[in-house]
Amino acid sequence: MSAFDTTMSADSARYSTGPEVYLRLLKPRVMSLSVMTALAGMMVAPGHLNLALGLIALVAIAVGAGAAGALNMWWDSDIDGHMARTRLRPIPAGHVQAGEALGLGLILSFFSVVTLAFAANALAAFLLAFTIAFYLVIYSMWLKRTTPQNIVIGGAAGALPPMVGYAATSGSVTLDSALLFAIIFVWTPPHFWALALVKQGDYARVDMPMMPNVKGRPRTKLEILAYSIALAPLGVAPYFTGLGGAVYGLVAAVGGAIFLGYAWRVYRSDDGVEANRIAMAMFKYSIGYLFALFATLIGERTVAFALGWL
Amino acid sequence: MMAAPTDIRAPALTPEQLRNRRRRNIAIALAIGALVAFFYTITIVKLGLNVLRPDP
Repeated sequence: MSAFDTTMSADSARYSTGPEVYLRLLKPRVMSLSVMTALAGMMVAPGHLNLALGLIALVAIAVGAGAAGALNMWWDSDIDGHMARTRLRPIPAGHVQAGEALGLGLILSFFSVVTLAFAANALAAFLLAFTIAFYLVIYSMWLKRTTPQNIVIGGAAGALPPMVGYAATSGSVTLDSALLFAIIFVWTPPHFWALALVKQGDYARVDMPMMPNVKGRPRTKLEILAYSIALAPLGVAPYFTGLGGAVYGLVAAVGGAIFLGYAWRVYRSDDGVEANRIAMAMFKYSIGYLFALFATLIGERTVAFALGWL
Repeated sequence: MMAAPTDIRAPALTPEQLRNRRRRNIAIALAIGALVAFFYTITIVKLGLNVLRPDP
């Protein structure tokens, strides 16, 4: 770490106790993906939700996802300070105390679930509460530090938002919403393991049993490829069930093929700087891929609604 | 015998800290205000026309 970095973090510790630090506890980037997928779930679901209630429900889901992030940062504050990727998070950087993150997470969890229950329905509220509890207890507290399958099973928490959104509009859980869940669930392991290949040293430092550290890099690359082979057709499936239209089918097919291409290049790569570059590129692409799928679902429905008004 | 009174005054805050505290307070006020607005909106929408124009 350069002297410049040290100065930066010391300064930010002194000056950054403003509200934006609490916003950072909510993991805004993870939140944005949850909002996106939840909105897609709300829009593709059958049934009708008043526009104002829909917006409130969406905010509630976003805040609930943020609350889960704050609770995760509270629990992981002991290890976050030892990893380059997370050492500037608000708690290890000294901007807020762990107890504050816990308090913020609990309060926001409570109000987001209650608000969703009133704005939408009890099923959606239950699913949101389940998502938060699963992320904190099953993933953060239990699996994350004990098994290389941590992010596979823990990925269920990240995969639930479209199901929450779908339930908010329709009041039900169906095969269609399970399909949206499945896409994110299968997407999570190759997404995370691509990053884990690059950040292997970080995870080793805190004894986190990520796949590359436990089973080795070749096995990780093989599993990335295997999950990607499952993901590419799964991404196209909503086109065949009628959830997505022709544009979605095209985006999912092309996007899935590129995803597979990245997985193949990661699989074939040797270990070294170049391999890390490809893995990092795959990690970044995977985020764009998921965004593109759900953005297309939203776009298609928006156009359909707009045409319906004309 | 009475114990010497303890000084329980909070340490003086720097202008920086005072400014940040004020910004935190405003953020909390906005959050609570939003929650109130949400519950008000939910109530009005759910009552909605059912109350204004009840079914005959």
